[in-house]
Amino acid sequence: MKPNTPRVRMKSSAKLGEIIGIKTKIRHPMETGWRRGGDGKKVPRNRITKFICSFEGNEVFSADFASGVAADPYLLFHAKVTGPGLYTFRWEADGGKIYTTSVPLHVPIA
Amino acid sequence: MIMESIEQYGLSRRQVLILGGTTAAATAILGLTSVGVGASPRQAKKRLAELTKGAVLRKGRIKIDLPALTQDGRRTRIRVSVDSPMSENDYVKALHILAERNTVPEVGTYRFSPFSGVAEITTRIRVAKSQTIIAAAEMSDGTVFYAKARCKVARGAGGCG
Repeated sequence: MKPNTPRVRMKSSAKLGEIIGIKTKIRHPMETGWRRGGDGKKVPRNRITKFICSFEGNEVFSADFASGVAADPYLLFHAKVTGPGLYTFRWEADGGKIYTTSVPLHVPIA
Repeated sequence: MIMESIEQYGLSRRQVLILGGTTAAATAILGLTSVGVGASPRQAKKRLAELTKGAVLRKGRIKIDLPALTQDGRRTRIRVSVDSPMSENDYVKALHILAERNTVPEVGTYRFSPFSGVAEITTRIRVAKSQTIIAAAEMSDGTVFYAKARCKVARGAGGCG
């Protein structure tokens, strides 16, 4: 099985007050638990249930994924730049698995 | 031969026929409710009421960008944007997306904060069959707005949502 690599694409530097787009994607099958595999047995449920994006400890955006989210969940959302710092991204999957990544953002002094 | 053996158990010909009929009817009902058949718009409405804690749903303020016809129901791109100033006192708390006829109507809940800047998301959802997608936004003052969009799924391209 391929690793569940989280990917984040966003600007590396932005102006104060600017609204930046953040694209996130993680490789994950998002198994609903209803599908039957080639052997006729049900494929066990394996889903990412929660996604959280925080900036310096403050939650900016979060999402709860149900069964209707496609495999390899892709998400584009936005954040307002309040200063330089670290954006952390966290995906919580079934079975207590957690995937994290972080991206620093620079704010040039005007 | 079969009738004779059944009659040994004390069942008349008529009783056997009635029994057969009921079994067929029961199988038909069971077949309809088996896994693989989607939820109904009514179930989706009920689930939405639970999610929004019974608040009054008002139309408007939401724009759904969804293809009218999708060739791949397993991953259909959707963009939902809510008209809101996203300030400290007036922002969108949560955005719910539901697919009326998926096996389970819920798609996801997206929670914003004043640090989000704009209340807009783009993602990929599963669309099991041609149906209506609902988006509902909970505002910070407790009001709830909703919008609907139709999405047709090309024959044989349904997602397993």
